[in-house]
Amino acid sequence: MKLLVTFSRKEGKKPIIAQVVKDTGVLVNVERALIDSSEGEALIDIPDESCRVVKDRLAALGATVRILEEEILLDETECVECGACISICPQEVFTFDEEWRLQMDAKKCVLCGRCIEICPHRALSRRGGG
Amino acid sequence: MQKTIQQINERIREGNARVVTAEEMPSIVAELGEEGALAEVDVVTTGTFGAMCSSGCFFNFGHADPPIRMERVWLNDVEAHAGLAAVDAYLGATQQSTTREENYGGAHVLEDLIAGRSVELRAISRGTDCYPRRTITTELLLESCNQAIMVNPRNGYQRYNAAVNSTDRVLHTYMGMLLPLCGNVTYSGAGVLNPLANDPHLRFIGSGVPCFLGGTQGMVIGEGTQSSPGGGFGTLMVTGDLKDMDTDYIRAATMTGYGVTLYVGLGIPIPVLDIETVRNTAVRDEDIWVDIIDYGVPTRARPSLGRVNYAMLRSGHVEIGGEDVRTSSLSSFRRARMVACELKEWVESGRLALCLPTRPIDPHKKAMPMRETVQGPRVLQIMERRVSTIGENEPIRDAAVKLLKGETNHLPVVDREGILVGIVTTYDISKAVVNPGKGKFVKDIMRRKVITTSPEEPVDIAVQKLEKYNISALPVVDGQKHVVGMLTAMDLGKLFGGRWLK
Repeated sequence: MKLLVTFSRKEGKKPIIAQVVKDTGVLVNVERALIDSSEGEALIDIPDESCRVVKDRLAALGATVRILEEEILLDETECVECGACISICPQEVFTFDEEWRLQMDAKKCVLCGRCIEICPHRALSRRGGG
Repeated sequence: MQKTIQQINERIREGNARVVTAEEMPSIVAELGEEGALAEVDVVTTGTFGAMCSSGCFFNFGHADPPIRMERVWLNDVEAHAGLAAVDAYLGATQQSTTREENYGGAHVLEDLIAGRSVELRAISRGTDCYPRRTITTELLLESCNQAIMVNPRNGYQRYNAAVNSTDRVLHTYMGMLLPLCGNVTYSGAGVLNPLANDPHLRFIGSGVPCFLGGTQGMVIGEGTQSSPGGGFGTLMVTGDLKDMDTDYIRAATMTGYGVTLYVGLGIPIPVLDIETVRNTAVRDEDIWVDIIDYGVPTRARPSLGRVNYAMLRSGHVEIGGEDVRTSSLSSFRRARMVACELKEWVESGRLALCLPTRPIDPHKKAMPMRETVQGPRVLQIMERRVSTIGENEPIRDAAVKLLKGETNHLPVVDREGILVGIVTTYDISKAVVNPGKGKFVKDIMRRKVITTSPEEPVDIAVQKLEKYNISALPVVDGQKHVVGMLTAMDLGKLFGGRWLK
């Protein structure tokens, strides 16, 4: 399961993720992180059964947590199933089935945004329009 | 055994013709043998659906009152070529909007019109005695045009080389996004289903032959522009009525960072008259080979990093230099199959009869590169030849002295053999003075990743490097990486002395 964690860094550089790993014992996989002087955003992957404990601990440390599910949207009326998205995705979200239909496993997505940028038919977007 | 086109058309009229798609043909031939397949199959249908930039449409808008001779015409802010009669224009698919740039273009106008949406027509004229009006703005619907005739100068490439990028930065090309360091391969084409791949000697595809174009019945005009069937890269010029087309088979697209293009569905039925036709239409993905071209090299003759066939490309992975690289198609095989299947249905139901070309296409022709009579400037013609370098083991102070003496901001760093290993700028020296902790020698502060040019490189390419990396100078190196000059933004000023600008 993937969580999008955002936290403020105004009160100092607290090692939030490391703290959560230490406190909960859950192995957290950081898939993407963007941290500047005032705030940070990290996309982490954790085992489904540890969701609650990790989420609660992060919240207690002052982070905002959002569960990511199907964050990427495919507009089937625009998509022509060309497959341009397949090889540029770092997470292998897109594949063809035996009938050359485009399949999307949105759960693997880490929101890098590359497919949205390059889809020739502008058929991909982020949920919520972000 | 031989069959005639008349026999086949008779069977089509009676509803008895046996029609298969080019994808089905290889296994039929494998099962029945060539003679058996010839007896069994009357028509093979082909199909392709992909980006075909060389596409567009002729319009006749009808006359306004008072009438205008349109000298310049825009459809939704996309300019159409109006150098024709008063209310005729040709809209090219890749022409971009003056207001929305690569997000909207001629292809989008065509798709909007087919979808029934209205498009703003704007035109200007200087006014004549017979056409006094000077401006017009009106809402245009496809149904209100007298004609909207799609004429695509180059469609249906027989096959297309795959693309890769060996440089260390992302490239945005008409072959889509190419990741650095050969991170992916992109390709285009329907392989087994491609029309010309199923008739490589152009025995049945030529002028006047019916085709599927954008969802309606069209016609092959003849050879396409840049057609090179002699080298296995034939193309076709095709036409069809835009008014009868369908957005399932005509789609606007944008190759990010490159521009607008049009996805076109095209298919051609091939009559199976003899054994040679059976053999040609039994072509498989495995039989159609292309090069993997390195788009990181900005010359016409880009190097090939290997040869692959469509079966390999379609498997999702190919090997380049021992590494497994993922592939992306840019055309849709699923839609290509839809084209071939729909065409099959048209022939089976008797809606479409076949004919032989009224004028054949030369199957041996090869496209030639442009004859360039004026050679563009090369780096060696404007580079600064008096260049000072510094050794990597020299003290930083010596670098500062050289920079001052040479009145330059860039100092290439060389090793003992004179080979370029880095570069220092006045900025690097200033930093070293403020922050002395990094070391005493040039090698401690130099930048090791140097973007270079060569004496023979066209200046246009060098300029693109300066822009891309946001730098102001390039060391010019020979084949052994010896520094033979510097090209700075200042040298570019020499181009404006009138020598290169006619």
